[in-house]
Amino acid sequence: MHLSIQHRTVYRYAEPALRVTQALRLWPAACTGQRVIGWQVDVDGKALPYATTDGFGNPVATHTADGAVDQVRIDVQGHVETEDLHGVVGGTLERLPVRFFLFETPLTHVDESIRELAGQVPSINDAIERMHRLCNHVRDRLDYVAGETDSATTAAEALANGSGVCQDHAHLMAASARVLGFPARYVSGYLCAGVEGAEAASHAWAEIHIADFGWVGFDAANRICPNEHYVRIACGRDYHDAAPVRGVHRGGRSETLEVSVSISETPAMPTRGGSPGNRGQSAQQ
Amino acid sequence: MSERAAIFDEMGWPDHIRPPYALVDAWLKSLPAEQLALKRREAEVLFRRIGITFAVYTEGGDPERLIPFDLIPRVMAQAEWQSLRKGLEQRVRALNAFIHDVYHDREILKADRIPERLVLNNPQFRPEMVDLDLPHNVYTHIAGIDMVRTGPDEYYVLEDNCRTPSGVSYMVENREVMMRLFPELFRRAGVAPVAHYGDELLETLRSVAPPNCQGEPTVVLLTPGIHNSAYYEHAFLADEMGIDLVEGADLLVKNEICYMRSTSGLTRVDVIYRRIDDDYIDPLVFRPESMLGAPGLHFATRAGNLTLANAIGAGIADDKAVYIHVPEMVRFYLGEEPLLQNVPTHDCSKPEDLAYTLAHIDQLVVKAVHGSGGYGMLVGPHASKAEIETFVAQLRARPHDYVAQPTLALSTVPTFVESGIAPRHVDLRPFVLSGEQIRIVPGGLTRVALRDGSLVVNSSQGGGTKDTWVLER
Repeated sequence: MHLSIQHRTVYRYAEPALRVTQALRLWPAACTGQRVIGWQVDVDGKALPYATTDGFGNPVATHTADGAVDQVRIDVQGHVETEDLHGVVGGTLERLPVRFFLFETPLTHVDESIRELAGQVPSINDAIERMHRLCNHVRDRLDYVAGETDSATTAAEALANGSGVCQDHAHLMAASARVLGFPARYVSGYLCAGVEGAEAASHAWAEIHIADFGWVGFDAANRICPNEHYVRIACGRDYHDAAPVRGVHRGGRSETLEVSVSISETPAMPTRGGSPGNRGQSAQQ
Repeated sequence: MSERAAIFDEMGWPDHIRPPYALVDAWLKSLPAEQLALKRREAEVLFRRIGITFAVYTEGGDPERLIPFDLIPRVMAQAEWQSLRKGLEQRVRALNAFIHDVYHDREILKADRIPERLVLNNPQFRPEMVDLDLPHNVYTHIAGIDMVRTGPDEYYVLEDNCRTPSGVSYMVENREVMMRLFPELFRRAGVAPVAHYGDELLETLRSVAPPNCQGEPTVVLLTPGIHNSAYYEHAFLADEMGIDLVEGADLLVKNEICYMRSTSGLTRVDVIYRRIDDDYIDPLVFRPESMLGAPGLHFATRAGNLTLANAIGAGIADDKAVYIHVPEMVRFYLGEEPLLQNVPTHDCSKPEDLAYTLAHIDQLVVKAVHGSGGYGMLVGPHASKAEIETFVAQLRARPHDYVAQPTLALSTVPTFVESGIAPRHVDLRPFVLSGEQIRIVPGGLTRVALRDGSLVVNSSQGGGTKDTWVLER
């Protein structure tokens, strides 16, 4: 499937900020199932190439806006060809041992209720099936409700509230899979319309490491494994590691955020911009 | 006092003076009591003037109170120092090799010589550092290795400080004050100098300039600011090195390049000697609310444009549970037998070690794995029944967080106290500098427990300091 992504994020400041510094993880890391044809990130109209990769292998760059900053506008334009690999992820740059992803973080801290949720999944031999059941459990216990949680909400807090967004589903899925002894991580990316009931959006899901398969994606919010409607960008132990934008600002008082994403199915387009996701990829497609 | 009899006094005071102390002994005997009292007051005035202060977090009162300085030096013969120095060099080489390994191929974990979980499930293990190559593969550029002595040839490493060890300003200042008070003593004694520590530190920092540094590297010292308990030391060291002392707000990272703002504009910075903990160094990576560091410092490092000393993630080597495995690191990375001994340590995460610790708690020192500065520690033989009970409850609740060690009979050095001169327990913190080569200024900081019988030398727990002499011959 040919996907054309346009993703605009605008940060506005209640009064001009003295300085804004942000770390962006907005370039797709290389993996099977998606071939990057063109990818460009602009900050306030100026192209920003990625500068380095982080410990998880995610391309990353920082930018700094100085002086009286009213707003920062980040535009992502990407063109990707995807295929459905039933969630199985290969070809990624893996710098950390798989077992590192067994350990919890503050956002994915396991409390009694998460332990109990994980314990409700029968201990069947088919690990893929077991994770599908866990995926459904997570979704059953967490209504999809926007605006009740934020980026600082822990998996345990979301579970206690019984509602959340994709980030909370991903955290809860990862935390409870770890309880069952499966290494698990958080993934950020995009989801285009086409999955029933879903709108084009920035999205998050979990990847679970399963013997014989490697990393397999599970999108608890939609009860499925990622398919050709998904574009994978960054991963880490939790949201903090993989957040598309992490920033700090001096002055400026409060910051407001406006995001728009549109994704369309298009015919192939000419290449433009840098495409880190292309590296070493062609052989695997 | 049969307990006392077993304790090694480094001077052999009063009746069996050991050779390195012959001059000090003669000097002490030659000084009239009233002149000593005068010199002690003079020393205090000098320290006040120099301004060495150290805020003590748990005590009220004068936050600028002085760390007591004792006039009687601690002396080591050249041969004693040489064997220590070799051991320190070996240990720090192994520590740096270990840190490099855990952030690269993790051979020591694959070989099962250190439990994988201890490293991977450790808050000091920073995945941000994985596969990042640092100049000369050095992570702990400035290491403070805490040593104790229990006999003429018995030394133990108590702990390794691989993050931001402090105290070196006392090492330098103690010497300066002693030389001002007793210049004639130094003319006769032949003591190895320590005043060049700042030069050695600067050379070390310049030798680890990042790959993209052009020309002479610009080095700065980053402090959390005047409210930090060690601010005096930060200012002192910047001054000794002749480099800028900066705070986070003075630094700016643009396009993964770090600059310092000054009246003349922006100056590119290549190496930062940072005295801010990992958690506060870069809000884009660690605590987002931190205003102490500067956003982007870590990414400038990752892009090859900046060196942070000490490196982020160096703390994985000085965790008290990882400490147990340092002798194994020496064997694994260097293929040598360790020259310095560890204190035999019980790892309370193991059921049999926990059982032993609980059964012998009145004889052991129990330490929190992530604690420092003498907090979160129980000295069994000196604790009350109630203190032991409280501590046992904590220990049972979180055994993974504790290690236990035998109470060592730390050596003593004669020290001025209310009643005159009496033996007091000491430790030693030598500072080991690692860059393209290892440099160690002879000696280190001697801390002394001023309370009779006390084994806790931390300044936050009523410790003082002494000048440390390494004799040149």
